[in-house]
Amino acid sequence: MARRELTEINAGSMADIAFLLLIFWLVTTTIESDEGIKRQLPPPVPPDIDVPQAKEQNVFNVKVNFLDLLLVEGEPLDIEDLKDKAKDFLIATGDGVMSHPVGREMVGRNREVVLVTGSNGKTNAAFPERVWVRKADVRQRIAEYEMFVSTATDENRRKNYTKVLQKWREKLTTITLLGGDFKELPSSALISMQNDNNTTYNTYLQVQNELQSAVNELRDELAVAKFGRTYKELEDLYDRNADDKALLSKIVAVRSVYPQRISEAEPREGSTYY
Amino acid sequence: MATISTASLPDIVFMLLFFFMVATVLRTEDEKVRLIRPEASELYKIEKKHLIRYVNIGIPMDRRYGTEPVMQLNDAFSSPEMIQDWVISERTTLAESEQSKMWVSLKVDQDTKMGIVTDVKQELRKASALKVLYSASSRERTGTIEE
Repeated sequence: MARRELTEINAGSMADIAFLLLIFWLVTTTIESDEGIKRQLPPPVPPDIDVPQAKEQNVFNVKVNFLDLLLVEGEPLDIEDLKDKAKDFLIATGDGVMSHPVGREMVGRNREVVLVTGSNGKTNAAFPERVWVRKADVRQRIAEYEMFVSTATDENRRKNYTKVLQKWREKLTTITLLGGDFKELPSSALISMQNDNNTTYNTYLQVQNELQSAVNELRDELAVAKFGRTYKELEDLYDRNADDKALLSKIVAVRSVYPQRISEAEPREGSTYY
Repeated sequence: MATISTASLPDIVFMLLFFFMVATVLRTEDEKVRLIRPEASELYKIEKKHLIRYVNIGIPMDRRYGTEPVMQLNDAFSSPEMIQDWVISERTTLAESEQSKMWVSLKVDQDTKMGIVTDVKQELRKASALKVLYSASSRERTGTIEE
């Protein structure tokens, strides 16, 4: 048997094989994404407590039936129109006055912002009544609570007063930042969503998304007009630098004009037909 | 002129390959239900991933388990009544200071009916796990015009 000479195996193509494997791995690996719509569920309600009903005009009712059809404020509506309808609810002031002082129209990077005009002028009972937050009133409140805090004898009371004082101070900063008095949503105003057991999850999420979108767009609009940045940009900046108190008060200012008020109604027994 | 030897190139690439294979944290549990997540635009991304616990809801991949949507906790099918116990045991895996910051990510197939989702949400409320994330993949906001 003839002995063949032992030659070295050419390893030149080894790199190619390895690269191929590497690329295959890179392409097929799907990195888990943890994105979604965040919600805070309401705390459990003890069975023996009656939840006070909010005024009808202060609640924006969205109902979705088992056929995935929407009933918004008692009327059927396409999901495409839901965002605008929700925005109307959130910006309505009843008297045609803007919920916040209107600023420049050209802002930031030479982008024109169509400011929300308070021209909806609807004084009917379908919208919540926004309440004025006026500088003079806020100042007076702050003075009152400063006195309460300094004269409080009880430690618990002092804590509570300090909390309230903090709230009023935030409002004053908000007025300063916005450049004028603003109108606040009444605390009972909320967007309520109710669904059927046979509603499809996709529809449910799309409705949630549109409602969130309405809040986010209004916040963005206000933030861009006043601070030259979208609300999301402000939040992202704050995430990176949590010590920036000036940034935080800007975020608080936007939030106090357009608070997040999306709630999920208590589920009802059985199937409901709207 | 001497050429640079490329003999070690495969080794380097293999090393990269192994690094990737090891460093890629694949989901430790596999999904036992069909999951096509709905698309949404108003997404929030949780940076601290170790705070997230997952609840999967969908039709079982294995047809032998039926065609009705079921809930999967960790690695097994489960019923919504199990949620409270599960939340308690998952909380203990977190540091005490972070126990209140736990997120529950609901990964629900888009064709699921809301009945089971509502049940799960009610149980989560009872367990005081109030921070939920409706998992979704991203899309453009409706009505936005490209600048």
